[in-house]
Amino acid sequence: MAVETRQRGAVGQSVTKVDGPALVTGKPVFTLDLDVPGTLVGKILPSPHPHAEIVAIDTSEAEAVPGVRAILHHGNVPRIPYTTAGQGWPEPSPYDTVLFDRKVRFVGDRVAAVAAETEEAADEALAKIHVEYRVLPTVFSPEEALASDAPPLHNEPDAEGIYDAKRNIAAAVDIPVGDIAKGLAEAPIVAGATCEIPYSQHAALEPHCVIAYFDEGGRLVLRTSTQVPFHVRRIVARVVGLDPARIRVVKPRIGGGFGSKQEVLLEPVAALLALRTGRSVRMACTRQEVFVASRTRHPMRVTVRLGAGKDGVLQALDMEVLSNTGAYGAHALTVLSNVGSKTLPLYNKARHLRFHGKAVYTNLPVAGAYRGYGATQGYFALEVAMDALAENLGMDPIELRRRNHIRVGETSPIFEKIGEGREGTAQIIRSCALADCLRIGAERIGWKENRGRRCEDGPWVHGLGMACAMQGSGITGVDMAAATLVMQDDGSFRLLVGATDLGTGSDTILAQIAAAELGVPVDRVLVYSSDTDFTPFDTGAYASSTTYVSGNAVLRAAQDVRQQILDVAAAAVGERTEVLELTDGAVQSRKTGKRLTLSEIGHRAIYVVDQRQIAATASFLCPESPPPFAAFFCEVAVDRETGVVRVERFVVAADCGVAIHPKAAEGQLEGAILQGIGHALCEEMLFSKSGRCVNAGFFDYKIPSSLDVPGIKAILVPSEEPTGPWGAKSISEIGINGPLPAISNAIYDAVGVRMIRAPFTPERVRFVLGATA
Amino acid sequence: MKVTFNLNGGPQYLDVEPGEPLLWLLRQLGMKSVKEGCATGDCGACTVLVDGRAVRSCLMLAPQIQGKKVLTLEGLGTVDDPHPLQKAFLDSGAVQCGFCTPGMVLVAYELLLGNDNPTRDEVAEAISGNLCRCTGYVKIVDAVLLAAQWKREGRWR
Repeated sequence: MAVETRQRGAVGQSVTKVDGPALVTGKPVFTLDLDVPGTLVGKILPSPHPHAEIVAIDTSEAEAVPGVRAILHHGNVPRIPYTTAGQGWPEPSPYDTVLFDRKVRFVGDRVAAVAAETEEAADEALAKIHVEYRVLPTVFSPEEALASDAPPLHNEPDAEGIYDAKRNIAAAVDIPVGDIAKGLAEAPIVAGATCEIPYSQHAALEPHCVIAYFDEGGRLVLRTSTQVPFHVRRIVARVVGLDPARIRVVKPRIGGGFGSKQEVLLEPVAALLALRTGRSVRMACTRQEVFVASRTRHPMRVTVRLGAGKDGVLQALDMEVLSNTGAYGAHALTVLSNVGSKTLPLYNKARHLRFHGKAVYTNLPVAGAYRGYGATQGYFALEVAMDALAENLGMDPIELRRRNHIRVGETSPIFEKIGEGREGTAQIIRSCALADCLRIGAERIGWKENRGRRCEDGPWVHGLGMACAMQGSGITGVDMAAATLVMQDDGSFRLLVGATDLGTGSDTILAQIAAAELGVPVDRVLVYSSDTDFTPFDTGAYASSTTYVSGNAVLRAAQDVRQQILDVAAAAVGERTEVLELTDGAVQSRKTGKRLTLSEIGHRAIYVVDQRQIAATASFLCPESPPPFAAFFCEVAVDRETGVVRVERFVVAADCGVAIHPKAAEGQLEGAILQGIGHALCEEMLFSKSGRCVNAGFFDYKIPSSLDVPGIKAILVPSEEPTGPWGAKSISEIGINGPLPAISNAIYDAVGVRMIRAPFTPERVRFVLGATA
Repeated sequence: MKVTFNLNGGPQYLDVEPGEPLLWLLRQLGMKSVKEGCATGDCGACTVLVDGRAVRSCLMLAPQIQGKKVLTLEGLGTVDDPHPLQKAFLDSGAVQCGFCTPGMVLVAYELLLGNDNPTRDEVAEAISGNLCRCTGYVKIVDAVLLAAQWKREGRWR
């Protein structure tokens, strides 16, 4: 393969994470590890009601609590509609939020905020804010919200961008291709599935947090746990009415995000408390607040109908979505769009397609971006329906995928029809190793030997299931990243990137991309990232964009710097650049063998002759979004007596192009698979009849522990993406799309029942088993 | 109230509040490796070793530390001279966001002090009270097994 023969240096090596030594020794590198003297504690008063109007708010008693410095509420904060979704301008999410509203829309909604000298004073003040509510009728499901007599959640006149506020529809899409009714009617073989995903949590270990303080020049600094520092700066400036030039946003190390920190939540509140008091303010969500008042995955019901020829080739594919966006429409349209745009192109043979759906407001917590971003919900239904279609055809499920999946040189009309809340961009697949993924994964799990065997072991029955998925690499025409690369006088480099490493390892990967181009080891490239004062722009860490989009910006900057190095060296040795080579930390002439180290070149450029700074800034706008591909296989054991499902083995074979850092890529897959297993087996936020989350903590909301890990085998199947930096595509999200359908299909293989409502708890499995017995 | 205890090898003599969690005290003392992930004893991010045993410092009160020895990650190794267990975490790719890492390293340290040849299941059992949302635990278990191998080879100091 061509890629093996190219000089790649640091690329493809699992080098030590550049931030690893500090992390593994517990250095104070996270947001709240910085002690700013004299910092106030900021806290939020949550709504006790799922839907109510604030008739009166009395803060006099709270203001009298010693140590209280500021109280914010709708009566003393300007009303500026915005979206908390940390997206590029113009955000495709509706402006249906204000910092403090006269109305609350879910239990946990923001009523007021306090800044005080101590935690105790802040808590006491919150307890002494007296709010008179007029309780309003509620809707707790999309069906209720869509009823003709449902109360509208967003009847405020100043909201913008809501699809149909009167009917509680935040967003809607309807994309027809061909004639779906005809396609389904004429197809000789049909199958379908309706699958449901509940409220679930990102559960990043670090709760959302921010410190707002003023620098020596009186500028506001926000040190915050965010995936989108540049969007935070833009949105905070607008919402609190401050010149953006007076705001610096710094993202230090952050303790996981998974999309939950692509949301501008605490920052404007902390900023405003700091501005009102002239003091530094720190805010941190409690774990309960993270559950209830940060963001969740969009609960959805997705219906897929498939029509195929007797050869298994799809002729018609219909996907219908009902999405619950909760009380506000953060990411409502874009997550909804991605349910289709990230799934339907995978099977590009059908000529008749329809993708349609709604995202609906309810009086429940607010959904937002979560790893997979709609694709996870879409693949659950699509891949369960494909399993059913394979059965109706009497065909092996892998063979069915083989006959239908997209290949190099092919396209899908969906790429052009569905974008991020607008039309998309046509694109042709330039790299795809899904056929290899299917073959390698099937061999590893022992598909031929074990599928359909229903091996029994007491009450336990074993089964095998599989699924496929793709994702994207950034948002076409929207995601832009920039990088500045500077050569120092000692021949080492500084790499400044706006890109946001949220634990994925992107700082390391970007250093590798630069190091490979410059012919130096990674430790010669110092990375400084995510600081709106010092690093160039980057849209942020979401949409599987960083390796591809930010990586391409780094590569361009490195190519430019490389040329400048060769120019300096050429002048120094008196030869043409064409005969010079930059490798192993030195420039050497192929003609004369003359050699200059990078240290000598850096020194010469800065101090000796024709002095100048060797440096370059480059940017990259995502021109297309090459999908990574993956095939997922698992073996489950189902206890027919209790309904307990045990995942015995999980194999994922994934094509992310060239893996820049193989261990980091495997780690993304392994982590995503276990999150997906959590979705499949146990994770669900539960609500009381009055809309209160009753399991808002790690004791009652179970995320997998080390004892819940099956044997997970992540296999990287190489391809080379011609538009990717060193052939790379994304890897961080795709892994979470497989477990739900693969496990559901494996349960079907074991016991013959289709689990279509996640999570597949023992009660539900036992119930479904009982119903069919 | 006054407490005397040993923190990472050095004596401490301090005034503490009766209801103050050990977690807060340690962070005030600059031990920022001790993380607050839930404050309810469920996640393990605040794990420290007290007299060699892993405890959740969010659930232990500061006065309870009287006369005891506390080890936080700051006391194990440094950036320039990491403990072999820390190096094993780095080499195995066991650190993603790093927020659970201090607690993970310390529970693994407790395990390996008493057992330098654990099975994969024993490692999983030992770290089961510490949540990680990034890694799927695969490479964390790899790291602990690698560190155990180094210990058997006499490469621990």
